[in-house]
Amino acid sequence: MNAALSIDGLEVVFDRFRALKGVSLEVKSGDSFGLVGESGSGKSTLLKAIAGLVPAASGSIAVNGKTLGTRRDKAFYREVQMVFQDPYGSLHPRQTVDRLLQEPLAIHGFADGEKRIQRALDEVGLGTGFRFRYAHQLSGGQRQRVAIARALILEPSILLLDEPTSALDASVQAEVLNLLEEIRRRRKLTFLMVSHDLAIVTHMCERLMVMQNGEAVENLTASQLIGHRVTKDYTRNLLRASEGFVRTA
Amino acid sequence: MSAEAIQSRRDWLLSDRPASRMQARLGRAYVAWRRFSANRLAFVGLLIIIGLLVVAAFADVLAPYSPTIGDLKGSRLLAPSAAHWFGTDDLGRDIYSRIIYGSRWTLYVVILVAIIAAPIGLLVGTVAGYAGGWTDAILMRITDIFLAFPKLILALAFVAALGPGIENAVLAIAITSWPPYARIARAETLTVRNSDYIKAVQLMGASPFRIVLRHIMPLCISSLIIRVTLDMAGIILTAAGLGFLGLGAQPPLPEWGTMIASGRRFVLDQWWVAGAPGFAILIVSLGFNLLGDGLRDALDPRSGEQ
Amino acid sequence: MSTLLEVDDLRVNFPTRTGLVQAVRGVSFSLGRERLGIVGESGSGKSQTGRAIMGLTPPQAEVKAKKLAFDGIDLLAAPARQRRALRGKRIAMILQDPKYSLDPVMSIGRQIVETLRTHEKVGKAEARDRALAMLEAVQIRDPARVFDLHPHEVSGGMGQRAMIAMMLIAGPEMMIADEPTSALDVTVQLDVLGILDKLVSERGMGLIFISHDLRLVSSFCDRVIVMYAGKVVEQLKASELRDAQHPYTRGLLNCMPRIGFERHPLPVLDRKPEWAA
Repeated sequence: MNAALSIDGLEVVFDRFRALKGVSLEVKSGDSFGLVGESGSGKSTLLKAIAGLVPAASGSIAVNGKTLGTRRDKAFYREVQMVFQDPYGSLHPRQTVDRLLQEPLAIHGFADGEKRIQRALDEVGLGTGFRFRYAHQLSGGQRQRVAIARALILEPSILLLDEPTSALDASVQAEVLNLLEEIRRRRKLTFLMVSHDLAIVTHMCERLMVMQNGEAVENLTASQLIGHRVTKDYTRNLLRASEGFVRTA
Repeated sequence: MSAEAIQSRRDWLLSDRPASRMQARLGRAYVAWRRFSANRLAFVGLLIIIGLLVVAAFADVLAPYSPTIGDLKGSRLLAPSAAHWFGTDDLGRDIYSRIIYGSRWTLYVVILVAIIAAPIGLLVGTVAGYAGGWTDAILMRITDIFLAFPKLILALAFVAALGPGIENAVLAIAITSWPPYARIARAETLTVRNSDYIKAVQLMGASPFRIVLRHIMPLCISSLIIRVTLDMAGIILTAAGLGFLGLGAQPPLPEWGTMIASGRRFVLDQWWVAGAPGFAILIVSLGFNLLGDGLRDALDPRSGEQ
Repeated sequence: MSTLLEVDDLRVNFPTRTGLVQAVRGVSFSLGRERLGIVGESGSGKSQTGRAIMGLTPPQAEVKAKKLAFDGIDLLAAPARQRRALRGKRIAMILQDPKYSLDPVMSIGRQIVETLRTHEKVGKAEARDRALAMLEAVQIRDPARVFDLHPHEVSGGMGQRAMIAMMLIAGPEMMIADEPTSALDVTVQLDVLGILDKLVSERGMGLIFISHDLRLVSSFCDRVIVMYAGKVVEQLKASELRDAQHPYTRGLLNCMPRIGFERHPLPVLDRKPEWAA
């Protein structure tokens, strides 16, 4: 199997603060890979660096075997799309769902827009009744579905997911996670998913990387994590914390 | 229309699940209109402005006398009466007719200034805000230079250079009134440029030009409309000021500021000559201000979005 | 067990342009010196319940109850002055994000001292000593240094500890914690909960812990109230959560992914209209 995404020695620096300190990573095509860590671990920065939203100071990123330059071209955006964490902030407040979905099609000059919008909305479980609504007329879960539809409409092969459910209620989270899994299966997508929640990452991903302070702590498979076969204390702490509060008295 | 039909139309407009692009747009406009018309004073402002438009459109019909040709022999400086509602001026012209025709010039100035200044400000502000860096620094320093001078003085300088006349007055006012709009547009742009929805469009592969034009400008327009409306009064006053100083509209044009200027010689004995156009300026400025306040409540993106 | 707080048929209504929004619709419970969890999703009315008890409901809303009494004092009939005095002195509240509840221009130590001195007559030196002792009690390693820091200079976990110190300095008998750890990293979250747990049991306080996280609440509290659409759908002991009767509680418990329990797809909640009735 070839690598959909391979990252080598990636560094990101913000005003002399090293947010990423030489991270390397390889995601096979069709895999679902998780990035776990606490705030400040650099997991979201890694995602943004891949998307080209923050500049890389050094290191290389290759998508489907093609090394990326500092500027992303249009072809890149048809391969890689992203779903943001906050469904309240990721939809333009003055645009209808229809307009939001039309924009990527217009940029890339697709002619069969009508059909694609219809299909994308159906795919994320929103009927046509949602098509002409504004973001403020949607619930958090519905907004996130629209964001997923927008990411899918260009038919990318890689989806970057930045804590896609952390702003949602537990029951809505389950629906969105199920939707993402179903889409991945149907479209044979590659996922790179960031989360602070170990349970979500083990549920969604086959392999994962634990990060801390801009560095990789360890690489694990989901089954290693489930079997508590971890080598680093930091991971062990995270694992213990995810099991809830234990009274020590 | 029956009450039922009105109710169903309202439901259609306020629907949470509009079925077409048209319905979504109309629904949004209707909500803004409801918020606007709930504000009584704003409504008064709107009526004043509509009144101004009607008067300007039908000046020929409404004015009983010619605005420029007076009766020098029989009717100089007459006090207000049934024949001359606002009296006559020193050249025997009916002031009521002159004010009615003057509304056209007021509108002419206000609309032209808005059409020239607002887009310049919007463009400069959004480009500076979105591009950042050097572009931002250069554009904003130019803006600062314009802002550093009092508006009237700067306009005065421009008119002095271009030559007196109402077209040049309009140009001068437009050149001096775009900088605040650029500031507003830049501030709005800075608040949205790092938002996730702009990042999402960047991730679509949209060009910076497209992002500014189609995604950022629409967000700045409502605060700009509000600000321009509130500034209308100031524009009218600046135009009047230029007219008063003899650098704006030239006699015998019935421009309100020029009228005050020519009436100031008799302001103590024949107060109506300067008083009537002054009152007209007051009413119209008030109308624009009330309208602007109402628009702020109705259009402000920060209210009622979430 | 003595009853600290009694709530009977609490209702909170918000008048809006489109009609009355009933945020809380008849909630009843009582609290002793124990840890009570209130769990629900967004819009369930859990936060509004906490705010109503605290007297922090927005002014345009209307709060009604057959009984809302703290230690025999009728809170709804009490004059504003008395409620203010209760707030902070005998009832404390911790909010989700310390960034918004700490004063950004005052040092942490001074805020704690001020809180203490508004409720008790103590000298400056004594107040400082007690504030330092309190900072130590919330496991801040270098209290003297943190005392002089401003809220933006400390991390989220540290800020939340400072917030707890500030809330507990006047020795309240009851505390309402509204999502106190949701903004924190998981490992920090457990530290903060540990501190809260210790202080509550040492001082014999009553605690109302409001959260969206059913599993966390059940591991921390003695008793759990589950809210849905402004109503209590189920009240049960935390240890008996597994035997929850109401389909909503069960659904909420089931729909979260758990390490070591692979379920694809996750069970989703099938909301029934009669739950909200």
